Amino acid sequence: MKGPTLGGIRSVVKKEFREIRRDSRSLGFMIFLPAFLLLMFGFALTLDVKHIALAVVDGDGSQASRELVDQFSTTEYFDLKAVLPMTTAIDPLMAREDIGAALVIPPRFAEDLLAGRSPSVQVLLDGSNAMTGATAGGYIAAILQTYSQKITLETLARRGLGGLAAPVAAEVRVWYNPELRSSNFLIPGLIAFILMVIVTISTASSIVREKERGTMDQLRISSLGSPDLIIGKMIPYALISLGSAHLVLLLSQVLFGVGIKGSYPLLLLAMVLFVCGALGQGLFISSITRTQQVAFLLALLTSMLPTFILSGFIFPVRNMPAVVQAITYFVPARYFLAALRAIVLKDAGLAAVWPQILFLAAFALLALGGSAARMGRGEKEPRPRRGRARA
Amino acid sequence: MPANAVEVKSLSKRFGAFTAVDAVSFSVEKGEIFGFLGANGAGKSTTIRMLCALLDPTSGTASVGGFDIRREPEKVKRSIGYMSQRFSLYDDLTVAENIRFFGGAYGLNRGTVASRLPWVLEMAGLRGREGSLARTLSVGWKQRLALGCAVLHEPGIVFLDEPTGGVDPASRRRFWELINGLSEQGMTIFVTTHYLDEAEYCNDIRLIHAGRIVAGGSPTELKTAAIRHPILEVACDRPVEALEILQKEPWVVDTSIFGLSLHVGVGEEAEGRRLLADRLGRAGIAVRRVDRIMPSLEDVFIHEIETNAAPGPAAAGEAKP
Ligand SMILES: Nc1ncnc2c1ncn2[C@@H]1O[C@H](COP(=O)(O)OP(=O)(O)OP(=O)(O)O)[C@@H](O)[C@H]1O
Ligand SMILES: [Mg+2]
Repeated sequence: MKGPTLGGIRSVVKKEFREIRRDSRSLGFMIFLPAFLLLMFGFALTLDVKHIALAVVDGDGSQASRELVDQFSTTEYFDLKAVLPMTTAIDPLMAREDIGAALVIPPRFAEDLLAGRSPSVQVLLDGSNAMTGATAGGYIAAILQTYSQKITLETLARRGLGGLAAPVAAEVRVWYNPELRSSNFLIPGLIAFILMVIVTISTASSIVREKERGTMDQLRISSLGSPDLIIGKMIPYALISLGSAHLVLLLSQVLFGVGIKGSYPLLLLAMVLFVCGALGQGLFISSITRTQQVAFLLALLTSMLPTFILSGFIFPVRNMPAVVQAITYFVPARYFLAALRAIVLKDAGLAAVWPQILFLAAFALLALGGSAARMGRGEKEPRPRRGRARA
Repeated sequence: MPANAVEVKSLSKRFGAFTAVDAVSFSVEKGEIFGFLGANGAGKSTTIRMLCALLDPTSGTASVGGFDIRREPEKVKRSIGYMSQRFSLYDDLTVAENIRFFGGAYGLNRGTVASRLPWVLEMAGLRGREGSLARTLSVGWKQRLALGCAVLHEPGIVFLDEPTGGVDPASRRRFWELINGLSEQGMTIFVTTHYLDEAEYCNDIRLIHAGRIVAGGSPTELKTAAIRHPILEVACDRPVEALEILQKEPWVVDTSIFGLSLHVGVGEEAEGRRLLADRLGRAGIAVRRVDRIMPSLEDVFIHEIETNAAPGPAAAGEAKP
């Protein structure tokens, strides 16, 4: 196998940029889709969960219970829609989606509070939209916690004692995003998702397209070696996807106020390594497939599913079954996401994220090396069977 | 340097249990136009791809431009041009960009590319359309542009795989003029086609059927030597029915249908005319005219296939596993 040549790489890069520029579909896919996804996800998650219609069943009717209700209705997250006489009245309202959440305060709420008996407040959530439901749950938990702390402090102050149990026990689990800032949580995941899916699919299909159209054979006859081809294909897709990641970063800063807290060079390093891995994955897929459809499907499955499900983007890794958790150790997006969240949100330095960076580098090396080896070897692959229809 | 541009010795290619190319042997002289003829699926592309070192042979040997295709595939690739059946161009690049890209890919420097560009435009008839996207060209132009790109680096041998598929006769004729021009400059041309009439343009021909070479020689040699029996052109009613009847007769060597008439190969002319009139008369088919004709390459091809190769009804049509 020949080594890379500057002239060869330059020819391929130039050609690739021209093709991308003229193919509005691939351009849209790589630049506008990410921005669109960010807007869609971003606004859906930050706006929809405000002004949740709330119903209250106040079984106590005391000053303490009214105070608790006020805690909800004074935030922008909840609008008090109805005060109901009994719990059975909740169901029809929620079924009609008139309300998204209901708060049930038991009788003798104030009495129990004063006696230090931790009354149970019941919260009902419309789970039909899991995202909204989960976020609303997070808000409720946070509000109840604040209220509990206030009561505890008041009680402590009154009694001059410490060490009592939390006064109000809420039966709501916080699934994610306890800071109540969904965009914080979302943006790093979205960047990972965008880079992975776009890079993998674009590289895989750009090479398989050459096989389908027969230009690959032409290139194999030419004096371009596979390193020229691989590097020449990598450069444009890496640059474009990094550009589109920056667009997402910029948009999230402008629209959602998520700035980069940590070091930009470190962030860039993580992104470049991640992109190289995704490029390698795309190249590898193109070396084992022959048609664009198959390459597209395979690239989509191997990039989107793990990035979406197994990286911690949507579902926290620690809540997964042990087997699935074990699998996530092989998903590069998991490391990328962890590094990104740490760098963007928490100003973590290399000292904190070096294991993730190391893994990303290893994956990039493996994926690129593997696909280069396969492409060098795969040069003698038989041609695909074609349908032959000729008059 | 050896005298022959291509030398093939019992080259075979199997895909699983299916033999696509079955021990073919032939040689191509330097500077000639070598035609590789066969129906769809005969094994033409498979052979070409092995000779271009794009596909490993299962067995046998071949040398191209003096280099062994197994041991020196890179040198083989450097010394040839190849135009695949799909005349591979980049649809989203313009005519000039395609030419420049392939020039760069073949390792030509800017100066050489710049000097070859007008030549390719001229030969493809694309002067003034340098800026058109390749996708907007009609098939005939694309084929000429693809040929131009395939010979940009002035290879000694060029392999053209069905370069004239799917275009009108005028475009085909024009393409063959280009091929002739290249040949006159000393380039060896290896071309496949399934248009038998195109074989007339070649210096040397091989007929391939179901992976095996069934006949070869120059067009004239093929016509005179391969067929030693007379061919009668028969104009009659209900030609399809007549064909079916005649095929069963022991004195008929081979038959085929050409438009509204039949070509019938017989052992001896006078005897053949008599038997023919007799048999078709009994079937109630009116015979309007019977002429002795010079065999066309198509007659040769059908004759070779029916006598040499295939058990069963293998006509010039599909020959698939
Ligand atoms: N990669 C492959 N795997 C399996 N079978 C193949 C492969 N490539 C070709 N074949 C089969 O080998 C036979 C010869 O194919 P080939 O493409 O060489 O024919 P051809 O003469 O070029 O036909 P056409 O005129 O249609 O181009 C066909 O039956 C084809 O289906
Ligand atoms: Mg073919």
